[in-house]
Amino acid sequence: MTAVRQPEGVGEVVDPIPGAGAPHLPEQPDLVQLLTPEGERVDHPDYSLDVSDQELRDIYRDLVLVRRWDVEATALQRQGELGIWASLLGQEAAQVGAGRALRAGDMAFPTYREHGVAWTRGIDPLHVMSLFRGVDYGAWDPVATGFNLYTIVIGSQCLHATGYAMGLQRDGGEHAALAFLGDGATSQGEVNEAMIWAASFGAPVVFFCQNNQYAISVPLERQSRVPLYRRAAGFGFPGVRVDGNDVLAVLAVTRAALAAAREGQGPTFIEAFTYRMGAHTTSDDPTRYRLASELEEWKLRDPIARVKAYLARSGIADHDYLASVEAEADELAGRIRSGTLEMPDPPGTAIFDSVYAEQTSELAAQREEFVAYHASFEGGEH
Amino acid sequence: MTSQTLTLGKALNLGLRRAMEDDAKVVLMGEDIGRLGGVFRITDGLQKDFGDDRVVDTPLAEAGILGTAVGLAMRGYRPVCEIQFDGFVFPAYNQIVTQVAKIHARSRGRLPMPIVIRIPFGGGIGAVEHHSESPEAYFAHTAGLKVVAVSNPVDAYWGIQQAIAHPDPIVFLEPKRRYWEKAEVDVDAAPGPLFSSRVVRGGDDVTVLAYGPMVKTALQAADAAAEEGRSLEVVDLRTVSPLDLGPVFESVRRTGRCVVVHEAPVTLGLGAEIAARVTETCFHSLEAPVLRVGGYDTPYPPSKLEEEYLPDLDRVLDAVDRAMAF
Ligand SMILES: Cc1ncc(C[n+]2csc(CCOP(=O)(O)OP(=O)(O)O)c2C)c(N)n1
Ligand SMILES: [Mg+2]
Repeated sequence: MTAVRQPEGVGEVVDPIPGAGAPHLPEQPDLVQLLTPEGERVDHPDYSLDVSDQELRDIYRDLVLVRRWDVEATALQRQGELGIWASLLGQEAAQVGAGRALRAGDMAFPTYREHGVAWTRGIDPLHVMSLFRGVDYGAWDPVATGFNLYTIVIGSQCLHATGYAMGLQRDGGEHAALAFLGDGATSQGEVNEAMIWAASFGAPVVFFCQNNQYAISVPLERQSRVPLYRRAAGFGFPGVRVDGNDVLAVLAVTRAALAAAREGQGPTFIEAFTYRMGAHTTSDDPTRYRLASELEEWKLRDPIARVKAYLARSGIADHDYLASVEAEADELAGRIRSGTLEMPDPPGTAIFDSVYAEQTSELAAQREEFVAYHASFEGGEH
Repeated sequence: MTSQTLTLGKALNLGLRRAMEDDAKVVLMGEDIGRLGGVFRITDGLQKDFGDDRVVDTPLAEAGILGTAVGLAMRGYRPVCEIQFDGFVFPAYNQIVTQVAKIHARSRGRLPMPIVIRIPFGGGIGAVEHHSESPEAYFAHTAGLKVVAVSNPVDAYWGIQQAIAHPDPIVFLEPKRRYWEKAEVDVDAAPGPLFSSRVVRGGDDVTVLAYGPMVKTALQAADAAAEEGRSLEVVDLRTVSPLDLGPVFESVRRTGRCVVVHEAPVTLGLGAEIAARVTETCFHSLEAPVLRVGGYDTPYPPSKLEEEYLPDLDRVLDAVDRAMAF
C-alpha cells in the first residue's frame, strides 16, 4: 500500500504498524505526568493535585485490590468458572484515577473492561462476575451506583453519555457524565457523532479514552494517523494526553475536565496513554500479533509499582500498611472466588421477565408454555 | 476425486483461499482478519500469503467496512466483508439495507454489488451478550439482498466460493458453534447450486426444515425419533432468501406434516414465511398445521440460560409429537 502523507502541522505521527517495536511513550512535552515510572513526584504547569496522605494510601489500596480481583477472575475463567474475562491488567491507574475523579451524582458509562471504575463506584465485584459467568447482564444498579451497565457494542455508550449530560444540563445540576472508550472505538461513527453532539450542545461530558495501543489485534495506527487527543480540536473542544499509568496525573486531569464540564465549559477528550498488559480477553492469543519485548518494556512503567515506590520512599506508607493491603487483597480474592462458585444459576423463567416494563400477553403466554413444557419433563412424560 | 477431512472453519478458510486465487479482484475486509486471522481464525494465513492489500485489517467501524465495500465494488472489486459477531452487524445495517441492497435496482443494473457479508451467527458457545444472535430475518426481509446459511463443511467450502462469484450481494451466515465440526470435503466437485435446498435425510412421517446450526439438531432429532419408530425427513434449506421450497413441497405432500426449526425468535421469523407458503401450496396434503420451533420472543439470554432458550432435540421432538397428534 502507498505511503500515507503526513498531515501538515501534526508533527508526531503514531508509531508504524506491527512488529516495528513497542508503542513508545514518545518524547512528548504534551504528556501529563505527576508521578514518574520510578516513583518520583513531578510538577506539571497546568495540573496540580491536592491529595492527602490518607488519600494516597487509599489509591494504592484500590490499585492493588483491583489488580488482585482481575488476576482471580482470569484464574476462575481458566478453571471454567467464567465464560470469558476482559482483563484490565496494566490499566489500573487509568481506571482508578478516572473513577476517583467522579463524585456522587455523576454518571460513568463504561465499556466491558472498566472493573477498576466499578470498584471506585462501590460496586460489589460479584455483581460484575455474574455477567462474565453468564448469570445475568451485570447485577449492579446503574442508577444507585452512578455506573451504567457495561456496553459491549463498541462506542454506543458515548452517545448515551452525551445524552445523559444533556439531561444534566437541562436539570441545571452540578454533575457531569464520564464516557469510557478504547482507542479502537474512536473509529466508530457513533463515537464521532457523540463528540459532535457534545460540542454542539456544550454538554457536560468527558470522553475518557484508554489508549491501550490495541483493538484486539489491530494497532492504533490503523485507527488514527494523529495522536488521538488531537482529534478533539477538530470537534471544537480540548484534548489532553495523560500518562495513563500515572494514577495521580489521571486523577488530576480527569478532575479538571469534570470540573470544567460542571462549570458549563463543555466537553473534554482525555487520552490515557497506557498498555493492555494481558490478552484482549481470555479468548485471545496476543502472541499472534505482538512481541513479548513490548510487554517487557511496558512492565517498566507498571502503574502500581511506581505508587508503591513513592509511598515507601516518602514514608507515607510503612511496611505494615503495605502488608495489610496484601492481606486484604488475599481476602478479597477468596471472597470473589467463593462468591463466584456459589452463585446460583438463574431460573429459566428469567428469560421472560423484565423484557418490557409492561408485559405483553403474548410473552406471558410463551412463559406459561415454557413452564408447562419443562414441568412435563419432571412428570417423566418424555 | 480429491477429498479432505475439514472442519467447517477450515473449509471456509480453504474456500476463501481458492476464491482469492481464482480472482484477483477478491478483497477480504474486516476487524482482526489479517494478522490475527480473525477471532475464529477463518482467514488464518491469508494475509501472509496474499498481502495486506487483499486481506485488510480495517479500522473498528462496521459502517465503514460496508460503505467502503460499496465503493470498491463500483471499481470492480469483489469485497468479502467479515462481521466479527452477529450482534455487531448493526452499525453497518444502514449501509446494507439502504445502499448495498438497493444500488443494483437504482442504477438499473449499471452498478452490480457483488459483496459477500460473512457473519458468524447463532448461539450455543457460552458467550456474553451480542455474540449469539440470529439476525437472518432482518436481511431476508430486505429486497435486493440474498441470504444463505451453511450447515456443514462441504457447503462451507463450496458455498463461500459460489457466493463470492455471484453478482448480487449475499449475507453469508456461518453457524459459529459448528465451526469445529468435521466432514469429508470433495474439493473437485461442487455439491450443487448455491440457492438450493436439499433433503439430507429421507423419511415418511414428518418433514423437518432447518438451516445453519439447526440442521445438526434436526438430524439428531431424526435419529432419536427413529428409535421410537418414527421417520423424519430432514431438509437443509441452505438458502434463506431466495427460498427454494420445491423439495419441501414435494416432501410435505408425502408426509403431510411440517416442522420448521431455527434459533431466531419465532415471531416473524423465517418459519412464519415458510409456514405460509407451505400452507398455500400444500394445503390439501396437510394433516397438521405447520409448526415452528425457535427462540422465544426475548433478548438472547445470559449464557447460563441459553440451553433453555435454544431449540434442542427435545423441543424438535415435542413439535413432532404435536404434529403427529393432530
Ligand atoms: C460494534 C462492535 N464491533 C466489534 C466488536 C468486537 N470487539 C470487541 S472489543 C473490540 C476491540 C475494541 O478495542 P478498543 O476500543 O481499543 O478497546 P479495548 O478492548 O482495547 O479496551 C472489538 C473489535 C464489538 N464489540 N462491537
Ligand atoms: Mg484498545
